[in-house]
Amino acid sequence: MVDQLRKSTSYEREADAPIIEIRKMSVSFHDQQILRSLDLAIPRGQTLALIGESGCGKTVLLKTLIGLVKPVQGEVYFDGRNLAELNDKELAVQRMRFGFLFQNAALFDSMTVGQNIGFQLREADRQQQNEIDEIVSLRLAEVGLPESVKSKKPAQLSGGMRKRVGLARALAISPEVMLYDEPTTGLDPIVSDVINELIIRTRSRYPVTSIIVTHDMRTATKVADRVVMVYPLSRLAAGEPQILFDGSPRELVVAKDQRVIQFVKGEAGERLMEMREKSSQKHGRHSNPESRIPGQ
Amino acid sequence: MSTGASATPPKQLAGRHQQNPLVHAVTDWGRVVVEAAISIGNLTLFSLNTLSWLFTRLPRRETLLQSFYQIGVRSLPVVALTGTFIGMVLAVQSHYQFSDLGLETRLGAVINMSLVRELGPVLAATMLAGRVGGAMAAELGTMRVTEQIDALSSMGTNPVQYLVVPRFLACLFLIPTLTIMADFMGVVGGYLYSIYFLKIDQFHYYQNSAEFVGTWDLFYGVIKSLFFGAAIALVSCHQGFHCSAGAEGVGRAATAAFVISFVLILILDLVIGILLDNIYMSLWPGGASLF
Repeated sequence: MVDQLRKSTSYEREADAPIIEIRKMSVSFHDQQILRSLDLAIPRGQTLALIGESGCGKTVLLKTLIGLVKPVQGEVYFDGRNLAELNDKELAVQRMRFGFLFQNAALFDSMTVGQNIGFQLREADRQQQNEIDEIVSLRLAEVGLPESVKSKKPAQLSGGMRKRVGLARALAISPEVMLYDEPTTGLDPIVSDVINELIIRTRSRYPVTSIIVTHDMRTATKVADRVVMVYPLSRLAAGEPQILFDGSPRELVVAKDQRVIQFVKGEAGERLMEMREKSSQKHGRHSNPESRIPGQ
Repeated sequence: MSTGASATPPKQLAGRHQQNPLVHAVTDWGRVVVEAAISIGNLTLFSLNTLSWLFTRLPRRETLLQSFYQIGVRSLPVVALTGTFIGMVLAVQSHYQFSDLGLETRLGAVINMSLVRELGPVLAATMLAGRVGGAMAAELGTMRVTEQIDALSSMGTNPVQYLVVPRFLACLFLIPTLTIMADFMGVVGGYLYSIYFLKIDQFHYYQNSAEFVGTWDLFYGVIKSLFFGAAIALVSCHQGFHCSAGAEGVGRAATAAFVISFVLILILDLVIGILLDNIYMSLWPGGASLF
């Protein structure tokens, strides 16, 4: 059924045309601009890591790719089609070509693990229950979880297991594009590495394009072919591009931009000074220690 | 050098306006009116969206049955209990008033008429709003906050079709059953208390009830309940869908769902009551009256 839907919505495309393209896209929430005039093209089969500090709009950018957030300006093209021009039904069909691993897995609390993984198959394909069960078991095995987990509720699972179930659910209908929202956040280094390995294994097993939003430099350098760093608008000068870095993980390590180096190394730098200054201003003190001495 | 108003810096003007209590009050009221208009507009759009999905694609049977069970079956005990006690309370209060006038035998008519036309539907709806409305808002709110609604959308499933339509149908179709249950238990409660505790003559109690309470009265209550059920489902689901982040946001959505549903139940009770009375009067101009 999914294949039929894909065929019915397929159109002529150039072989090397990007599967996802963002043109001059801006996103705002309640008068606060999050993303400004972004341009980004993602070729088929690429694994892209989107890095940047908290609040810079990485997750928002990820959600615009699937139409969950609508840009106020610019366009998002998926496989040559402008998402803004699709009606609800067409958008739903396009979304079935994506798999999305949410930050906290976003598993449905009221369903068992098996029902969660089989949800999309049940809703979209109307397959026989025994076929769905087979696919669920296969996906569970792929993410390294035992069959016994199938009947458990998400609340009974650990963080790492929830992420793996989320990954199994996202992979259930063999998507063309996988979106990962901070897949290793909140997990210990070993479980994080397991998730990284699963992302690599997924890429090698299926011809999938992957976009990974992450703070974790290990994930970005280990998993991605290309790294894009987005910077918060509030810290940019007017007219400065929001994408500070776009290159391979190897180039990232030798980047020249001080802000990129700072992020990669995880150093607060002048931010610490700024914070101290703001804190002393708030408490009515001067940041200059000499000015505290009366009479000087 | 000009000292006219036009030369006054905007900051000073703003400050002066802030000090003027009249301007302050007008601004506040203006904001309240605009926010209320936006909320009503949002709820209307949400309701239209739900209705459009109702005619586009019906939910799966298991999803519907689950909602019917949660909303209808699990509400029956509390609605039955409330109905019974309301019937008995009505008997106590009416007897106190009617015994002074020597009209105790008319108690059956008064209790049953009040129950079937007003108290049954309104109480069943209030119980539903309290038990189910708040829970629906909290459940959907939690789903919104934990990105489960986004997850549904990302999988090509429309969240309104999947989450709201079954709840709407369950409230719409099962509230008449709950209302009839509340009516029935109220009638039984009122009868038992009147006959066994107040020692009202059984024959006259029954005779007066049968004479004054007709099929139209039952129909009147049930018709009203359909609107109550629809209002509860739409308001509660809307609150859940648009709840703000965090535990506080979910709590606020659950409270707002009950409060707004309750106010709407009372408004609808008045408006539909007047409308149905007018329909009745135009269809049967010489209809029966209580006294």
